[in-house]
Amino acid sequence: MIALRAGWRRGLILLRQSFSNGAELFAHVFWPLLMVGAAVALRGRDFGAFSLGALAVPGILGMNAAFGMVSLSQQLTADREDGTLLRARATPHGMPAYLIGTLLLVGGGLLADLAVFLVPAALLVPGLVTGGLGTWLTVAGLLALALVATLPLGVVLGAAFGTARAQGLLTLPILGLVAISGIFYPLAALPGWLQAVGQVFPFYWLGLGMRAALLPDAAVAVELGESWRHAETVGVLAVWAVAGLLLAPVVLRRMARRESGSLVAARRERALRRAG
Amino acid sequence: MTVIEVDGVRMRYGAAEVLHDVTFRVDAGETLAVLGPNGAGKTTTIEILEGFRRPSAGRVTVLGTDPAHGDDAWRARVGIVLQSWRDHGKWRVGELLGHLAEYYPRPWPAPELLAAVGLTGQAGQKVRTLSGGQRRRLDVAIGVVGRPDVLFLDEPTAGFDPVARREFHDLVTGLDTTVLLTTHDLDEAERLADRIVILDRGRVVADGTPAALAREIVGADEVRWRREGRRFTESTPDSTGFVRELFAAHGTAIAELEVHRASLEQTYLALVRHAETEVAR
Repeated sequence: MIALRAGWRRGLILLRQSFSNGAELFAHVFWPLLMVGAAVALRGRDFGAFSLGALAVPGILGMNAAFGMVSLSQQLTADREDGTLLRARATPHGMPAYLIGTLLLVGGGLLADLAVFLVPAALLVPGLVTGGLGTWLTVAGLLALALVATLPLGVVLGAAFGTARAQGLLTLPILGLVAISGIFYPLAALPGWLQAVGQVFPFYWLGLGMRAALLPDAAVAVELGESWRHAETVGVLAVWAVAGLLLAPVVLRRMARRESGSLVAARRERALRRAG
Repeated sequence: MTVIEVDGVRMRYGAAEVLHDVTFRVDAGETLAVLGPNGAGKTTTIEILEGFRRPSAGRVTVLGTDPAHGDDAWRARVGIVLQSWRDHGKWRVGELLGHLAEYYPRPWPAPELLAAVGLTGQAGQKVRTLSGGQRRRLDVAIGVVGRPDVLFLDEPTAGFDPVARREFHDLVTGLDTTVLLTTHDLDEAERLADRIVILDRGRVVADGTPAALAREIVGADEVRWRREGRRFTESTPDSTGFVRELFAAHGTAIAELEVHRASLEQTYLALVRHAETEVAR
């Protein structure tokens, strides 16, 4: 009870800080608008009978949802380095409240980013089906599933790649996965083995689900097997969600157990030495 | 009532043993200073008591519980101030203290506590803009916000100027709780502590009140004099009484009298020097 209430309050305070800070506010607006620009620029190019712009919008939505995983992982690393995690450990009910607060921060920021992207994209990019309530319910449901599938994975990644430097290295393979997940280019156009790799990870399925919701039915012709594969989409995302939810508490507890004041102090000294 | 009990604790990192058979206890309301040079094992000891590390061997209880298995109710009774907090830099001072108070069943109201540590003027300031001394006082405020039954302070005044140090000592002296603090500063230990445990290379080499340590551990005063052309040296725990009797017996025959009082500082400095040459080697 204390953990829920304190975690909720913590999330709200963190969100307010995030949206009242110039640099972070800029990031919340700049990147989504850059994506809108990309989608608008692609609307004149066609893939089969469809504009690449319209194909890209759902993919970008899916990618951004999956990127919540990366921001959570980075947040966790930063909180470990500066002792926020240790503070949570030293406080009664601190760890669950920390986790709830951080999930609210990342989840809330992500939803804001998606809104900043989706509203202008829906208006500026032709060929999207955005009229019906059903579309938006599907998008909302898929986003919820996306968060549950990817945020616990972010906790696992944050615990596994403990330093800011390791987090930097992590970005590369994730960008690689995005490249082979049919975000900017349909998966059907890639070689078979890359298609197989792409379909293991949640990025592809998030993009596919978003395309199913936002594109006209005829666009299914571009997809693998010419099917939206609804069952597989929900199934794969659910498997990732369950795996993440099972693993995350275990690795987080392990990670927190290893924290101590002298470790935080040692990291601080290393950081100062690098800076100086 | 015993609040902290440490019995035969050993700590080993790989082949290096940093704590050898450490034993001491702290009673309710007492302020205990764990004093020792850098590398003596002070931080390891306090981290075991805080529940952040498990000892390789031995028994530890804090408020009747093994810290490694302390639950939330136990955590709520324990306050912790680490050597270097730098978390929550983006939070405002009053906001952070008010938020952390929510986790405890009977917290201090944040404004009252900020006044007690002299940070009322900084309540609206971001934590990362505080000076070192202000940040430390905020850390102590956070450490006591839940009205803990025991407070751990690890090197609380490292890097302080004398004024900040004095203010900090006044703050700690005013706390109404059991305190265990580590320090390498003898003066600080004498000023704050009811009792001092001296740790040297992972061993407890002394344990007692500052006065008792000066008497028992440091041992006797040394009295030197000359009589009839001969030199005499005598060790005695009661140099004043000894000298009185010396004069009573020999009167004006006594010359070149010297009395060297046992001092805690001398022993401690000898101890530290010895430890530091070890490190240098």
